[in-house]
Amino acid sequence: MSLLSEAWAWLAVEGRWSGPAGIPARTAQHLAVTGVAVLLGAVVAVPAGILVGHARRGAGWVAALMGGARAVPSLGLLTLFGLWLGIGVEAPLLTLAVLAVPSLLAGVYSGFLAIDEAIPQAARAVGLSPGQVVVLVELPLALPVIVGGLRAATLQVVATATLAAYTSDYGLGRYLFAGLKTRDYAQMLAGSLIVIALALALELLLAALQRAARRVADPAHTSDPSGRRPSRKDHP
Amino acid sequence: MTWLTGNWPQVLELLVGHLVLTVPAVGLSVLLALPLGRLAWRLPRVGGPLLAAATLLYAVPALPLLIVIPVLIGTPLRSSATMIAALTVYGVALLVRSVVDGFGAVDRGVRDAAVAVGHSPTGMLWRVDLPLALPVILAGVRVVTVSTVGLVTIGALIGVPSLGSLLTDGFQRGIVAEVVTGVVVTVALALILDAALVLAGKALTPWAARRARGPVVVSR
Repeated sequence: MSLLSEAWAWLAVEGRWSGPAGIPARTAQHLAVTGVAVLLGAVVAVPAGILVGHARRGAGWVAALMGGARAVPSLGLLTLFGLWLGIGVEAPLLTLAVLAVPSLLAGVYSGFLAIDEAIPQAARAVGLSPGQVVVLVELPLALPVIVGGLRAATLQVVATATLAAYTSDYGLGRYLFAGLKTRDYAQMLAGSLIVIALALALELLLAALQRAARRVADPAHTSDPSGRRPSRKDHP
Repeated sequence: MTWLTGNWPQVLELLVGHLVLTVPAVGLSVLLALPLGRLAWRLPRVGGPLLAAATLLYAVPALPLLIVIPVLIGTPLRSSATMIAALTVYGVALLVRSVVDGFGAVDRGVRDAAVAVGHSPTGMLWRVDLPLALPVILAGVRVVTVSTVGLVTIGALIGVPSLGSLLTDGFQRGIVAEVVTGVVVTVALALILDAALVLAGKALTPWAARRARGPVVVSR
């Protein structure tokens, strides 16, 4: 475990926690690129998800997109965009935005599809316009699943943002690649621990957000809180 | 295409290297996730924390995990063992939930009937629960296989050769064709393995073709 204590010593070096190359500045960069990428992805994915989800069509299309996206290696997208756009934050940002789309789209789409078909029909019957049905009825009810998609997308993006440092001097991944290049295990281990801590913190935060969304969408707890099919143990 | 004509032996060699990392990782994931998932399904008090831990493990980013694993299990950083261990962590984290869902989807009436006709607990597992849970478990194995094929490429960053080496080498030398080849061959490999699993699933559950929906009912 001497490697761990070396990593600890690396973290404790004076000046590590301040300045433009310090851990707080790099963490802020990492979070900024994650946030902007998820936002860019959402600009594409949310309207598209609403469109196919409201129409209740295109299940095969969304499934194919999810399956296909899972097969594309994110390092491949990053290096391709890197060759095309050059060294800079643009290539990782584009890669991460593209990565965010499938999870976000699937979240919105399956959230809409999980709503009892009679509910939007009833909303139409009492005189709501299609736009009002989407905004006032379907979006609030689909919120927990949409936040679930946001959770999946954000975690994938914050993890892959580590690779951004491969093509540009950006984010916490810098410590890992610098350590790999100079065979400085303490530095890459310390960097890895920071990235892992950041990802786990985001995971816990977004899980809490998802629970809150579930309370908003279903205040009476009428549906199964786990959101999954009831197992045999739920029926005594 | 000219790049590929000149370099296909290297691509083939890296493809084999990719498979040598992927197949043991997926196999180990299945071997570990089956008993863990069975345990989580039978004892919900163990299952709750186990599934929560699996969700957290899945949230750990890949490259940092590769760097942390040698410290935890003592393998060298640039080794297949480190790669396979990291891939297995993700595989198990994803599959445990599929196994729990799969066993949970087995119809209670079918289980009661199987006990009534005299199946032992071991017989229940091998002849009733596992075959009926197979479609859900297999769906999980497909997801794990496809994402493992993609994740193996990350190993190129720490110097473990795979199709990912085409991505890093192509990027460093500025050869677009090499990177494109790496992406296309990786995606093709994932899709081929996925299709193979679909075929294996059809062969293992011949009744599914006869009954497209609903649980299998014991005939009187």
